[in-house]
Amino acid sequence: MAIDIGITTELDVQRDRERHEKRGNRTMVLNMGPQHPSTHGVLRLLLELDGETILKAAPDIGYLHTGIEKEFEVKTYQQGVTLTDRIDYLAPLSNNLVYCLAAEKLLGLEIPPLAQWTRVMLAEFTRLNSHLVWLGTHAIDIGAMSVFLYCFREREEILRVFEMFSGQRMMTSYFRIGGLALPHPRGWQKRVKDFVDIFSSRVDEYEELLTNNRIWTGRTKGVGFISLEDMLDLGVTGPMLRAAGLEIDIRKDAPYSSYEKFSFKVPTRTENDVFARYLVRIEEMRQSLGIIKQALEGMPSGSHQADAPGIVLPDREKMKTQMEALIYHFKIVTEGFRVPEGEVYQAIESPRGEVGCYMVSDGTQKPYRVHWRGPSFGNLQCTSKMIEGTLIADVIASLGSMDFVLGDADR
Amino acid sequence: MLEEIAIATKNEFNETTIEVAPENIVTALGRLKFDLKFERLTSIAGVDRFPAEPRFEVVYHLQSIAGKQRIRIKARVPGDNPEIESVTSIYRAADWYERETFDFFGVKFLNHPELTRIMMPDDWEGYPLRKDYPITGTRY
Repeated sequence: MAIDIGITTELDVQRDRERHEKRGNRTMVLNMGPQHPSTHGVLRLLLELDGETILKAAPDIGYLHTGIEKEFEVKTYQQGVTLTDRIDYLAPLSNNLVYCLAAEKLLGLEIPPLAQWTRVMLAEFTRLNSHLVWLGTHAIDIGAMSVFLYCFREREEILRVFEMFSGQRMMTSYFRIGGLALPHPRGWQKRVKDFVDIFSSRVDEYEELLTNNRIWTGRTKGVGFISLEDMLDLGVTGPMLRAAGLEIDIRKDAPYSSYEKFSFKVPTRTENDVFARYLVRIEEMRQSLGIIKQALEGMPSGSHQADAPGIVLPDREKMKTQMEALIYHFKIVTEGFRVPEGEVYQAIESPRGEVGCYMVSDGTQKPYRVHWRGPSFGNLQCTSKMIEGTLIADVIASLGSMDFVLGDADR
Repeated sequence: MLEEIAIATKNEFNETTIEVAPENIVTALGRLKFDLKFERLTSIAGVDRFPAEPRFEVVYHLQSIAGKQRIRIKARVPGDNPEIESVTSIYRAADWYERETFDFFGVKFLNHPELTRIMMPDDWEGYPLRKDYPITGTRY
């Protein structure tokens, strides 16, 4: 029996039919997605069911593939920063950061402390932003409507901070190779301080709504279990590993952008289920808030860009008075800057896990190859392992606990 | 541990790169995982060195969590018949990364459980990340 399941290729239908016949026609194939409200993007899951139990789950990705890796190769290094925002729309600044760090490693640039601290602060704001959207939508998927509204209230404040710094709410592109795009805006301390003052109590509010909520615990405790060995073998990173008891965090293990100067804890749990992942992310929000507070209080002074003429755009004032500045400006804008030959792999801890940028340079103004190791891509690989054998009602909760962004997986 | 199969070793930017012959890739990764405790395969990436030969580089990034170490293993495969043994038997994470590399570069991974396209549609023609693949246009 052929099953009509919307957007499929002949190959899919044939595969389904073979599987179906192999199990003696007892099972049903259910096509979930590519447009399903709980997948937050376009993930397609082919589920083979026996009653309510999932026998086989096959995730199908690629619906959001936009050829970003190809695009990198025809843009200059600095232009590439804008592409990184669009890979993961919930963590634009984390992506900016890893790309800039990779290029700076190749260039051997020294970034001034002010820029490094600002990067840390805004990367933590990004983590809060991403976790808030995750918490809101995850709760909606499970049936708790109001949490979403509370989360988006605070997210709005974070987006205002981003707007204040970069002029953009989502596609910020604020980190540039060599430092920051703009100096700090006037009055940023007050806005950040206002946020820091209220946010801790807001996290308590979310916890009040969920942590001891019997429906929430009933839907999440003991659901979505997958052993730590399987996760490591399947390439899972980030909060999911920490919820399984492994204390792993690139910010601690291989500090970048002066993270070693900040004190924070890496929260872990051992239950390894959806509820544990929720608790880990909640605690991460508190830790991020602590980092933001430290950055606010100890923000160093100095320049927001490295002293690297030929790479960093010169000051507007200097351009009008110094000939070299004008020449550099012309050269950077028209042809970009050359990056020495070599290859680097830079990894940072994004809200979802390890985001890695493998950059190959051939000595020209454009990257020879950029491979993006998105955390969502790695995390999604464990889908089959995690949900096979469980009930269909738990699929949504399990998927939500992975916290993936399909733009990040498909690139 | 890898001395007898390493073709070249490079240490740049505090990152170690070991190049091995494509037929030794399973041996190399197997030793790294089981003897040297590189528990994680972070990613597999392809690089097209067109028009140089061997044309494609398959780049494996591994991480040792306990040792806080990363390592890069590289194998070069020829352009006319790009084939390399799949490492899914060692790291299951390789599954999708190999499919991705196959999808974008046309490198065939032998003994891969299901080597189909992952990003592009199944009936897509050409391999988009090859250097001779155009950046714009409606058809390859």
